[in-house]
Amino acid sequence: MELHSETTGDTLTITASGNRIDAAGAIDFKDKMRNLTEFAPEKIALNLASVDFIDSSGLGAVVASMKQLPPGKTLILEDLTPTVAKVFRLTRMDSVFEIRTSGVTNEDTRANAS
Amino acid sequence: MHRDSELGARYRQSTGKDNDCEKHAELRLFFQSDPLAVRRALESILSGLDHLRLSQDDCGTVELVLAEVMNNIVEHAYAGERSGIIEMRILNDGDGLACMVIDDGLPMPDGNPPMGKEHDLSCPREDLPEGGFGWALIRELARDLGYEREEGRNRLTFRLDVRRTILTS
Repeated sequence: MELHSETTGDTLTITASGNRIDAAGAIDFKDKMRNLTEFAPEKIALNLASVDFIDSSGLGAVVASMKQLPPGKTLILEDLTPTVAKVFRLTRMDSVFEIRTSGVTNEDTRANAS
Repeated sequence: MHRDSELGARYRQSTGKDNDCEKHAELRLFFQSDPLAVRRALESILSGLDHLRLSQDDCGTVELVLAEVMNNIVEHAYAGERSGIIEMRILNDGDGLACMVIDDGLPMPDGNPPMGKEHDLSCPREDLPEGGFGWALIRELARDLGYEREEGRNRLTFRLDVRRTILTS
């Protein structure tokens, strides 16, 4: 799982480029998130548009990524695909995270649709 | 060339008499109990179920439940230094997908699959759970869950409701 990061204003956006966060990749994901967020600004957005599968170990790694943030910093999740959203909903973790749709993806979707 | 088509014909004769063959075809896999082997097994299973033309939602459910079941075997039944083989059987018998998962690892604690925890998520951030979601997900998404321990072997059975997106009949 490759993670790319970019800072805009007070937000660090981390974009996942792999298609799954599962038991085989959970520790790697958590470690990479720690490295990227250690000196991050206040808001961190994790874009999961490319991730079409997450299991409970992967979910645990996303939760751990938030727990390991320095105090006062928040992790926002963006662009959950249907199966990923389902795992967050069934475990009620959707009540713990702020989940939103990124503007970029909406524009891309419109561009592709037209 | 001639021989190939003859073999093909014989294969069709023995396995492909009518639509029932597709309905009763069993998918069977054996693989090592490690996380990467589980990932590969899931890939094989989903491509093995490709002909059923499951909806994206059903594919997600199948992959999730099977992943949780297999991850539990890797983490608990074959915990620590143990390692072993996991056998997965999936039969499309007309009443969803009948699944059977067999391993030679440690038995389930208390002789039954865990119920799945109800987590309190209104806790401070540092106390949020990072695990223990697996059985709740399995029990939510699968039905007719059964478990047997026999001669040092675990056998877990369950059904997954799936619908085809394209009906061929």
